[in-house]
Amino acid sequence: MRVGIGIVETHGRKETEALIDGFAILPRKTLPGNGRPVTEFDLDGALASDYKLLVVDELAHTNVAGSRHAKRWQDVEELLDAGVDVYTALNVQHLDSLNDIVGGIIGIRVRETVPDRIFDSATDVVLVDLPPDDLLARMNAGKVYLPVSIERARQNFFRRGNLIALRELALRRVADRVNADVRTYRVSHAIKTVWPTQELLMVCVSADRSQEKLVREAGRLAQRLQAKWIVVHVDQPYQNNDARSREALLVIAKTAQSAGAEFANVPGQDITEAILDYARKRNATKLIIGNTARRRIFTFKRRLQERLARANPEIGLLLLSVDEVRATRRVRWIPEEPQTQIAALGIATLACGAATFLASQLVGFFDLSNVVMLFLVTTVFIALRLGRLAGAWASLLSVGCFDFFFVEPKLSFAVTDTQYIFTFALMTVVAVVISQLAARLRSEARVARAGERRASALARIARDLSSAIKIDQVVAICREALTPLFEARIILLVPDKNERLMPTEDPGLVDTSTAQWAFDHGQQAGLGTQTLSAAHALYLPLKASMAMRGVLAVVPVGAPLPDDPDDRRLLDACCSTIGLTLERIHFMEVAQETLVRMEGEKLRNALLSAVSHDLKTPLTAIRGLAETLEHRKELPVEDRSDLARSIRVQADELKRLVANLLDLARMQSEGVRLNKEWNSLSEIVGSAVLQSRAILEPRKVRTNLPADLPLIEADATLIERVLINLFDNAAKYTPRDSTINVRAGATADTMYLIVEDNGPGLPVRDPEMLFEPFARGQKESSVAGVGLGLALCRSIITAHGGSIRAEQRKPNGAAFEIRLPLGTPPAIESEPIHDQAAHSDR
Amino acid sequence: MALEKEGMNVFETATAEEARLNAGSRKPDLMIVDLGLPDGDGKTLIREVRGWMSAPVLVLSAREQETEKVEALDAGADDYLVKPFGVPELLARVRAQLRRAGTVSNGGAASPVAKFGSVTINLATHEVARAGIPVHLTPNEFRLLTALVRGHGKVLTHRQLLMEVWGPGYSERAHYLRIYMAQLRQKLEEEPSQPQHLLTELQVGYRLSGLEAAEARHS
Repeated sequence: MRVGIGIVETHGRKETEALIDGFAILPRKTLPGNGRPVTEFDLDGALASDYKLLVVDELAHTNVAGSRHAKRWQDVEELLDAGVDVYTALNVQHLDSLNDIVGGIIGIRVRETVPDRIFDSATDVVLVDLPPDDLLARMNAGKVYLPVSIERARQNFFRRGNLIALRELALRRVADRVNADVRTYRVSHAIKTVWPTQELLMVCVSADRSQEKLVREAGRLAQRLQAKWIVVHVDQPYQNNDARSREALLVIAKTAQSAGAEFANVPGQDITEAILDYARKRNATKLIIGNTARRRIFTFKRRLQERLARANPEIGLLLLSVDEVRATRRVRWIPEEPQTQIAALGIATLACGAATFLASQLVGFFDLSNVVMLFLVTTVFIALRLGRLAGAWASLLSVGCFDFFFVEPKLSFAVTDTQYIFTFALMTVVAVVISQLAARLRSEARVARAGERRASALARIARDLSSAIKIDQVVAICREALTPLFEARIILLVPDKNERLMPTEDPGLVDTSTAQWAFDHGQQAGLGTQTLSAAHALYLPLKASMAMRGVLAVVPVGAPLPDDPDDRRLLDACCSTIGLTLERIHFMEVAQETLVRMEGEKLRNALLSAVSHDLKTPLTAIRGLAETLEHRKELPVEDRSDLARSIRVQADELKRLVANLLDLARMQSEGVRLNKEWNSLSEIVGSAVLQSRAILEPRKVRTNLPADLPLIEADATLIERVLINLFDNAAKYTPRDSTINVRAGATADTMYLIVEDNGPGLPVRDPEMLFEPFARGQKESSVAGVGLGLALCRSIITAHGGSIRAEQRKPNGAAFEIRLPLGTPPAIESEPIHDQAAHSDR
Repeated sequence: MALEKEGMNVFETATAEEARLNAGSRKPDLMIVDLGLPDGDGKTLIREVRGWMSAPVLVLSAREQETEKVEALDAGADDYLVKPFGVPELLARVRAQLRRAGTVSNGGAASPVAKFGSVTINLATHEVARAGIPVHLTPNEFRLLTALVRGHGKVLTHRQLLMEVWGPGYSERAHYLRIYMAQLRQKLEEEPSQPQHLLTELQVGYRLSGLEAAEARHS
């Protein structure tokens, strides 16, 4: 087996260098780092090499910007997918699920983490264990870090207490893993195993960043219990549904899914009821909820855990303590635009002035306590219409004006009557509350409008896509509907027959190799993702139910890429709709091809049986006649020549059949290729009559073509073939004494040509049926011919843009009418008319 | 076999190379060429042989496309036959070509009067008559008719006729020919839509059949 060193950081240590000596080491890739070039593991080189086992050190390493993936574990994942085995190493603090605990112990948040699923998917885990004192001794001997950084490390990370705690964590994690291995072994080997009832943990979360920790904790618990687990969020209709909480929910969902849980967003009015309903439906054995340390001062409702416990005592309830993230509960001031603020303040000032003036007029008639209502109304109105700041300003002004102009002593801010202090306070509170409410309403309306816009956009796109039947139409929808929606250029890339992506337009804007990666791996790549993030566009794979159908490139134009979770969700929805549309188009094409193939097959079979019959008939006759000639030497001369003539007639029949077959085959393989020229119809008719004379004998052929018939643009040979086929039919189906009449004429824009006979007429009621391939008047007929003739005629005439139809003649006979469109013939230089005698040039 | 029965000597060659040698050494009176040869295209052979041999060349081919025929004729062939064909037809064409070759070789002494059917043409005086009644032809019609007469039953391609009657600038304007042929037929044929003499070789060219000038001279 070929074993190679993918990447090993020796940190200049001699021991390590000695260890890797003798192995093939893959060359590293050099990337322009921050200022100086940095070497990095070369994933493409590793994939291209034929090593079956690679050593890749430092699994948790963050790749240098410009690499394909953001993290080395993603490189390793791709290697594994490509069938390369990997030996790798990581420290215990780099495990994602232990992140919080480690952070708590050592006081440092570790940024480089590896998802647990990568660790869990390892075939084998080897723990490199060392007692803390030995480790410290090793470090002092300069075997862990280079001497310069020893001191710093010892101060921060390598404290004895830290090391002991981390050692315990590592041992435990490996013990869990071994435990799981043992269980798997027993399950797969034991004949009688008592299956423990499958535990199902249900984690109830709210849309808050603090819940991430809850999810991670629950995940660890579930793993230890070998239980399946679901993360559930109850979607309440009146919930504060701002962008931040939605984003928090998205993050939680992602965390849960990457930790191996299922995420469910359950709609419901009442949290308790919704949770319990879902728990019963899914048969959950335990509920896990976060317990916040926050004390509630005004608790009108019981806490969730109490309500749950009371409503359903049979399901176990686990409380995990979760630190409330402080910032999240703060009232968030919704920012407003500054330029409108100044105007609003001006209007508020004017309104207060007006109110003061009006109040001064009214104060003679009304009590002062009623006049103050006027100020209150003004404040409420302004807070409602102009926002919070204007509302506060108006309340302040109102109180000032009221105090200054109306409260004793007038024209002074001094207040004698203390009860007005209460009035002032009340007015201020009312103004602030109203304005806050109004601002919230406005912001919600904005969110709702944006949601509405997205929903209708999606509906419109879905509707447009549902009617698309060609890839071009999908491209147009991407260009016309999606591009303005996301304020970014959206370009569709579709794979060709060899699964290579081709941009449908603007090839200069997209990076095909990044798109190809996204397509091959079914993951997004490019700008804003963890893979090939140096690209200047985002590449989203279009996943459909069967396969990848393409890639959508989102090229930002001016504005940055949409990072609003709602926009991203909309983009995802668009992607899946487009993917499904492309799949539908693909299968439609496949179905059509199959249909065509089936039709072709049917036709071929019919042709084969008909042809074999019709080819054999004259062959049999020829053979029989020839044998007669060969063996019966004593035949009189007339009989012999009769026999010979019969052979010739049969051979001619065979020749016509073969010619028709060859023509039809050529037309089917190449399509009807017209060699159009300006021809004279009478020439074509003349040629056809001449060729058919032998088979038509002794029938009379009459032609009636006007001498001034215009030229017609047509393929003369093919039109001749049509006429010969019609004459051939006439020869087969009319008695020997009939007359065949060919006449033609022209109207303003069409030329018509009629071939008619006075034979028995058409054998079927519906003449159209005659033009179907292999259709014959009577099913089994003694007359040879595959019924190809008329089908061929029709396809020729149709290719010329004309029409052909059959008609029963009165009182008897059949008529075939061909109509061809008349074009404008090219001009002819008129000849100078003078006597030819004067024109003597020889 | 049929040709030998007619009293002709036939040499068969299997390849274009052999044909080239035989044509040089045996000096045949007529050459029959199949277009599909094992060691090359029949058209190339015709073009080569035409350079130094004046004997008529008859083309046989299973290829039905008109462009093939036109190319072969333009290369210098005198007539063609599409397989499968009747032996009498082959014999007739061979005889016609041989006759024509005889006429052309004595071309200087040819009578200025040509005849086909009931039509007489005096090439010297430009007088044309049908059943004794003079027919008026325009200069172009007359030139076209003379070109066909001089072809002596050989198939003349559209290009050849156009070059001869109208000049090099018109070689692609086949519709001129169609108009003028129709006019000629109106004036000279018994039934213009079923011509007996001014024959059409569809998509290829025209041929004058039933020319009696040669026989008239010999008799």
